[in-house]
Order: sequence, then structure tokens, then C-alpha cells
Amino acid sequence: MKTGPDKAGYFGAYGGRFVPETVMPALLELEEAYGAAKKEKAFRRSVDRYLKEYCGRPTPLYFAERLTAAFGGPRVYLKREDLNHTGAHKINNCIGQALLAKRMGKNRIIAETGAGQHGVATATAAALFGMKCVIYMGVEDTRRQSLNVFRMKMLGAEVVPVDSGSKTLKDAINEAMRDWVTHVKTTHYLLGSVLGPHPYPVMVRDFQAVIGREARRQIVRAEGRLPDLLVACVGGGSNSIGLFHPFLGDDAVRMVGVEAGGRGKKLGDHAARFSGGSIGVLQGTLSYLLHDRHGQIAPTHSVSAGLDYPSVGPEHSHLRETGRVEYTSVGDRAALDAFHFLSRTEGIVPALESAHAVAWLRKAARSLPKGDLVILNLSGRGDKDVVTVASGASQV
Amino acid sequence: MAGRAVLRERLASLRRDGATGLIPFLTAGDPSMAFTERAIRALDRPGVVAIELGVPFSDPLADGPTIQRSSERALAAGVTLPATLDLVRRLSGTISTPIVLMSYYNPMLRHGLDRFAKRARRSGVAAVIATDLPVEEGAPYRKAMDRVGVGTVFLAAPTSSRERVSRIAEASDPFLYYVSMTGTTGSGSDLPKDVVDRLEMIRRLIATPLAVGFGVTRPEHVKRLAPHCDAVVVGSALVAAVEREKRTVDRLGALDRLVGRLCGPLAGRGA
Repeated sequence: MKTGPDKAGYFGAYGGRFVPETVMPALLELEEAYGAAKKEKAFRRSVDRYLKEYCGRPTPLYFAERLTAAFGGPRVYLKREDLNHTGAHKINNCIGQALLAKRMGKNRIIAETGAGQHGVATATAAALFGMKCVIYMGVEDTRRQSLNVFRMKMLGAEVVPVDSGSKTLKDAINEAMRDWVTHVKTTHYLLGSVLGPHPYPVMVRDFQAVIGREARRQIVRAEGRLPDLLVACVGGGSNSIGLFHPFLGDDAVRMVGVEAGGRGKKLGDHAARFSGGSIGVLQGTLSYLLHDRHGQIAPTHSVSAGLDYPSVGPEHSHLRETGRVEYTSVGDRAALDAFHFLSRTEGIVPALESAHAVAWLRKAARSLPKGDLVILNLSGRGDKDVVTVASGASQV
Repeated sequence: MAGRAVLRERLASLRRDGATGLIPFLTAGDPSMAFTERAIRALDRPGVVAIELGVPFSDPLADGPTIQRSSERALAAGVTLPATLDLVRRLSGTISTPIVLMSYYNPMLRHGLDRFAKRARRSGVAAVIATDLPVEEGAPYRKAMDRVGVGTVFLAAPTSSRERVSRIAEASDPFLYYVSMTGTTGSGSDLPKDVVDRLEMIRRLIATPLAVGFGVTRPEHVKRLAPHCDAVVVGSALVAAVEREKRTVDRLGALDRLVGRLCGPLAGRGA
């Protein structure tokens, strides 16, 4: 199944390049460089080598026996992206883009980060390849995730706290874009999700699709057939599209993306773009968006910083429109419960982002046929969230 | 005569006279609509070819700290796109300087492009600049604006190739807005060394009237740019001058003094 994008970067009606002219030529250059690199065997081999020997891929597809027993219906497999180097799927994309930037002769890397996972992964790749690295992070997030700020600094990155707007992820992206506009000739913007202007959504998807390619091989080896259901959380949407994409042509495989339901349905209390948003343009892409009736971007809330963003990758908007993927949401409380539940049932502490997917499956499992094969993408580990959970669990 | 036609004629007349005009920028509703209204009336003066009015946006990613703060103050005062259009409507007919709206794309898109275009036309808006809309994405927007006779101004940058500049000029009416430097609004204390060469290259390439902005903060900048373009845009410096004062009368005074100084280098040129 072909989902695009077309030449202008559109997945159906979504995507495109809504950026100031100054960076437009850089996007065209990036598109061309990426197009050439992905056709080149040496580049692909280099990416694969670092993913294998440095990141520890392939990550296991683990049959969760006690989880399966607890659910009493489907057979549940966890795709263990939490076992990647740096603790999440983010590194897959960072290795690819850092190697591409090197190939383009750009030795300065900038990136945004919310929870800090993408910032840590970017700082790691920059250290690995000897590149200068600046990470933009909302002041609010530097407080919530101070441990990751230290990690980035230890890896040699400069961390710039962003004090404008809501002081979170979207403001960090604005500031990274401002840096890019200013230093566009020497700098590569290493965007962390399937967001932003073309070619980022397709490029990040391609680098993350390793998740789904591996999972496909692994499930066929373990069970002799394809899965019935794939589940993943959706913030910008890179871990979910990474798992889903290699299965899109398999019509019998059902796919569910789980957004952050936050603390309620009111605008400002959640990050459920599909149920609470409408079409709009933010930070380079046309997609579903949480905004008020005058087009001002709305504040968002989620207990999980990685899902706390007002827009969603344009390919997801397209997949929702075609009906190929179902999207739903899970609130803070259910996600926190699932965080504890998976920790105690399997001895795996999930990232709060991934816990949203666990929470959905926990509820849906009852209505799934016995013996159905499910793959849940465990996109990251929860060490970063221990403080949040310990301090906030009683308040939610 | 509609706003776009007035602005076309004003730019043509500057070109005939070998003169250059000033385009001052203010954010609508910073710190209040009442102040903006008074400020625009004060800016309606010789030497000013058009007034650029910014629609505040929650995520102004092409703007430096000064205009970001200005945008935040305006949003805090409850300013919206319709409120900005209402202000233009109150002003048009009572001032002779055309008003150009500058907005990020999402507020216009959310309003509905056709609905926005009609409303802009009725309010007397001469042209619109969409900060984050490159020509590649501009077709539906241009169609909506052109249908009602509101101009569409696109931006060109130091990174734009000759081919791109030509394409941007074709989409731009009544002028093309050249971004003097790679950076956000108001950044840098000096203009790039090669800015004059770039402007001359662009003037050889296109016949469209040419305005230059971003990083133009001092009369010396205006003096240097004026012989090589039709209009000079000053934004952050004006916003900052107003920001420094507390009382309306002092704000208007600061604005008047700075605009006077910026117009100085233009006075001897043809007009």
C-alpha cells in the first residue's frame, strides 16, 4: 500500500511545507540529499551497522506471558524499543539523520526536546560522530526532566532553556526553527518526530520503519503468521508509524494509535488532536491541530511530556481519514495505572508515553478474540518518569 | 480606489521619482487596539508608503524576541484576526496610507481563506504577507485573495536562488519583500555585507517593486538600502521604542521621533 507522500510532501490532503522562505532552500537541499543517500548502499549499510553494533538492534519481540495471562484473551508481544541504547526508539532516527548531516557537510546539529528523550538521543549521536550539538528545551520541561538535562550536558551538548510561550515542546521547536533560520547554511535541524515540513515526516518514518520490519520478521518466526493487531502511542507519531508502516499493505492487520487524553475533554486539558482538533498549520505541516476558533494554538496537557503536543504527523491524519488506522485516547489516570500494572506484571517499567498504549490494550483486551496476536510497541523505558510518577501519582 | 490599487500607484510613483518609501510595522493591539489606532493615524504621513500591521500569533517562529513579546502582549489583550480587520475598517477612508496585513498562515486558514479574503477586501486591506507560506504552498491563498483584489506579498531571502526569486516575484503583488539577512526579525546590529549586491541582482532580475526588511533598525541602515529598493520596512525597532515607554503620549512621541529619523535619509531622494 502506497501512502505517499507525493512530490510536494503531501499524504493525501496533509503535510506540505509551511515555512519561512529562508529555510525553504534548505528543505529542498535536504530532500535531495536524503533521496540520494537512501539509494546508496554504503549509506544504508552504515546506518544498519550503527543500529546493530551501537544501538543494539534488533530489539527483541518479547512474548509477555504474564500480561497475556492477566488479559485472558489475546497473546501479547512487546516490541522492546525500551532496550535500545539511550532507552527509546528515538535513537533510530538520530543515527540516520546525523549520518545524513555528515554526508551533507553540516557539522552543527540542533534539535528540540520535550521529555528529553530525543534530546539525549541527538546529543548521543552528535558525540558519536563528533558534531557540535545544541538542544532547545522548554523551561517547564527542563524542570520536569532535570535528569535528562544533565545527561545531555554530560554528552557534550549545549542545552538552551526556552522561556517563551507555554515553555514546552512546541516553544522549543519554535526556537530551534529560529536557530535554523539564522544558521541554515552550516546547521542541520534534527527533528525528532514525523512532524514539521516535508521531507521530515517521510524521512523520520523511513528511519523508524526498522521497528515494523523487525517486528514482522520476528512475529512470523515466533507464530508462523502475521499479527491481528498493532498498538502504539501517538505523540508526533514516530514510534507508531515506525511499527505500522511495514504492515500497511496487510489488510487483515488492525492498527490502533493511542493519543493522550490528559485530564479531560476541554481544550487545554488533553492532547487528543483527532477527537478534539481540526485541520490547521503548525510548524511546517498541515495536519490535525488543537487551536481556538481564531487559529491560535491551544495549550495542551498530558502527564507524559512526549505526547504533550498540539499537532500530529500528517501521515497519521491521512491514515485516519482513509480508515486504515484507528485513533483513540487514554487519560492520565489510566496511563499511570498501566505504568504500575506493567511494572508489576512483567518487571518492565514503561515510559509514560508507552503506558498509554498499555492502558488501551488493558481495557480492549476483554473484547478481543482469544488467541489473537497483538504487538504493542514499548517505545521507551520509564526511568525518566519515576520522579513524575512518585510525586504526581496521588494528585491525578 | 481599492487599497491594492492605491499601493500599486504609490510604489509606481516612487519608482518614477527615483524615491524610496518607509513601511513601518506595528503589531495590532500592542498594548491595546486604542493605542494602535492612534499610532497608525500618526504614521499616516509623508515618506510612509504603507503601514504594515502584524496579526499576533501564539507561535511566531520567524520573529525575534521583540516581536514575540509584542505578539504576547496583543494576545493577552484579546486581539484576534477579526478584531484586527475591524481596526483596519475603522481606519480606512480616514487615512491615505494603505495598510498591509502581516500574519502567520494558520489564523487565515482557520478563518477560511475565501471568507478572510472578502473580509480583508471590505475592510480596505491593500495586501497580505503570510510569514510562513512559501510560494509552493501559496496557490489556494493567492486564488482567494486575487479573486477579491487584495494583494499577496511573498518573501524572498538571501538563501533564495535566482529561479526562486523570479517565481516569488511572479506571485507577489504589489511588491516583493526581501528579507535582508538569514535570521529572525530584529536580529543582528549590522546588515549583511553583500545586501546591496543582492538587491541589485534582484532589481536586474525582476520589475516588481522591492521592499527590504528584517534587521533594519537605524537611519544608517535606511540610508544604505534606500538607493537599491523601493521601500524599507522597519518593525522591531519601532516596537521596541514603544515598548520602552509607559504612557500613551510618550509612546506616540517615541514613535514619531524614530519615524522622523528613519524618514530623514529618504527625504532628499526624489520625493
